[in-house]
Amino acid sequence: MTHTVPHLELTGVSIDFPTPNGPFRALNKVNLKIEEGEFISLIGHSGCGKSTVLNIVAGLYKATEGGVLLDGKEVDEPGPERAVVFQNHSLLPWLTAYENVELAVKQVFKGQKTKPEMKEWIEHNLNLVHMDHAMDKRPDEISGGMKQRVGIARALAMEPKILLMDEPFGALDALTRAHLQDSLMEITSSLGNTVIMITHDVDEAVLLSDRIVMMTNGPAATIGEILEVNLERPRNRVELSDDSEYNHYRHAVLQFLYEKQRNPDDKTEASKTDKEEMSEEASMASEKLTDNKPEAA
Amino acid sequence: MHEGHIMQKLTNYLPWLKPVIKLVKGENPTEQIKIILAKVGTPLLGLVIFLIIWAGAASAIDTSLGKFPGPGEVRTQFLNLLDESKAEKEKEIAFYERQQKRNEAKLAKDPNAKVKIRPYTGNPTFFDQIGTSLVTVLSGFILASLIAIPIGIIIGLSPGLYAAFNPIIQLFKPVSPLAWLPLVTMVVSAVYVTKDPMFSKSYLTSMITVLLCCLWPTMINTAVGVASISKDLINVSKVLRLSWLTNIYKIVIPSSLPMMFTGLRLSLGIAWMVLIAAEMLAQNPGLGKFVWDEFQNGSSNSLGRIMVAVLVIGAIGFLLDRGMLTLQRVLSWDKTADIR
Ligand SMILES: Nc1ncnc2c1ncn2[C@@H]1O[C@H](COP(=O)(O)OP(=O)(O)OP(=O)(O)O)[C@@H](O)[C@H]1O
Ligand SMILES: [Mg+2]
Repeated sequence: MTHTVPHLELTGVSIDFPTPNGPFRALNKVNLKIEEGEFISLIGHSGCGKSTVLNIVAGLYKATEGGVLLDGKEVDEPGPERAVVFQNHSLLPWLTAYENVELAVKQVFKGQKTKPEMKEWIEHNLNLVHMDHAMDKRPDEISGGMKQRVGIARALAMEPKILLMDEPFGALDALTRAHLQDSLMEITSSLGNTVIMITHDVDEAVLLSDRIVMMTNGPAATIGEILEVNLERPRNRVELSDDSEYNHYRHAVLQFLYEKQRNPDDKTEASKTDKEEMSEEASMASEKLTDNKPEAA
Repeated sequence: MHEGHIMQKLTNYLPWLKPVIKLVKGENPTEQIKIILAKVGTPLLGLVIFLIIWAGAASAIDTSLGKFPGPGEVRTQFLNLLDESKAEKEKEIAFYERQQKRNEAKLAKDPNAKVKIRPYTGNPTFFDQIGTSLVTVLSGFILASLIAIPIGIIIGLSPGLYAAFNPIIQLFKPVSPLAWLPLVTMVVSAVYVTKDPMFSKSYLTSMITVLLCCLWPTMINTAVGVASISKDLINVSKVLRLSWLTNIYKIVIPSSLPMMFTGLRLSLGIAWMVLIAAEMLAQNPGLGKFVWDEFQNGSSNSLGRIMVAVLVIGAIGFLLDRGMLTLQRVLSWDKTADIR
């Protein structure tokens, strides 16, 4: 951590989405510095703007104010050095697992690797996620967990400076999820990737992360708190479940999510306590605001 | 092993072959015969019932040209047409033989004599007309697809272009071929003036009329298919920084292929219907002209011969559609989709 310039830096990132009722400010002044090799989790209630942050870093959305620097260079378009693992795998359904990874490898290493080198590299990455046995299967022939593995292999194969994952395990059952979390920990600790991962799962965040970035509720969401997780690696989920330090971290995240930032959908309790502190007119205005809020994506 | 693989592929594309192949191999023959009977038997039963009703109804209808042709009459006329075409072919062969003999004799007398080879100009037979119609419909359809698919892709990629093109497409889509025909005829005779024409004008008018009518379904369906590509796949393409062309043939075309084929099948169906009408109206060679000529001819055989043409037109239309379906099965990645 001797860098003077951080690996990735978000400065004053705000974004307005155009809506029929005028611009909707989804993010307001997000500031974040990430060092090389760090594993960051983004956690927050649904619709607060986690995917938006990730899409801005990926270059798929453009910040209205502020910007993102990667190694001192401004991010202004998507690129393979910021590989994305999408929530629903987004593999090309007409290509096999191998061909899906191949598409990325051919594009990124065009002119740098020879054909046999590329083949070896594709197989190596599929090996990393334990998908070598089903390389020639198409996405509709493999399970959800396997698809997600191929998605990860595809992202890893781009040798990205930073790996962006939007709820990569969100759609999986608990067992498969645990399995993939372990795989991911293994891979990132051996490769030293910088990772930003969005999650809804408190255990996942604590288990995997070096730092947990907790976001406030939208609209105009921003970073509420950042929690450093100083658990020793390699981490073992079974041992940790009985570890007081681990449970302390869990508690901190849960407290943030359920006490400091109540679920925005859970109107009854949240708005009642708020109203008590507000005058009549102000509460009416606030209600209007929440009514105008667009549906969470 | 390898043969098995080929068989597997073949039956994927032509699923009805499966029980037949199994039967030939002797795998559980009674079971296979049952499957085939169930598959073939019911349609066959439908056909038999249709023939009975047809025969009954036909004998009850009297026209100025005699009774409406029943199945038996149609069969006779079909055989007649076969004989006529055989006779015509023999005449043609005889003509060329005579010509050759004449020329040889001339050359024997005087080795420097100029010999002419005249083409045979007999009447086109029923089967010649089928050939003409098929060539016309396929060339019009293929040309239309070559125009419609690229345009469809380009307007599908850009909402602005789509909005600009949509009114034009919607305007021309419902236009009947018969409305185009006079315009096309006039334009072709005005524009296509060469000493040594490669194509006959009648072929060009029919082909262009077909083309104009089957541009639209392919174009619209391709555009809609392209416009509805999943956002995730577009994002993948962006993250990989695929070039414009790579994006088109790696992402856009494969994912819009199913919609494209829906459009192509609609177009081919329309093309075939349009062609017959155009040939009738414009007296251009082909099955349509055959029907029209028989109608004008008004002999006692005419109705039977027209009925043969009707059935042949139907059968060819069906085969064309099956052909497209098989092509779709071969090319489409989505083998799970129920394609019918
Ligand atoms: N393209 C867009 N146009 C308009 N509004 C958008 C757009 N994308 C996101 N939003 C709005 O921005 C806010 C944040 O959305 P975002 O998808 O980032 O939430 P999220 O935290 O990822 O939620 P989830 O956990 O449910 O995925 C939401 O209110 C959403 O309606
Ligand atoms: Mg999201």
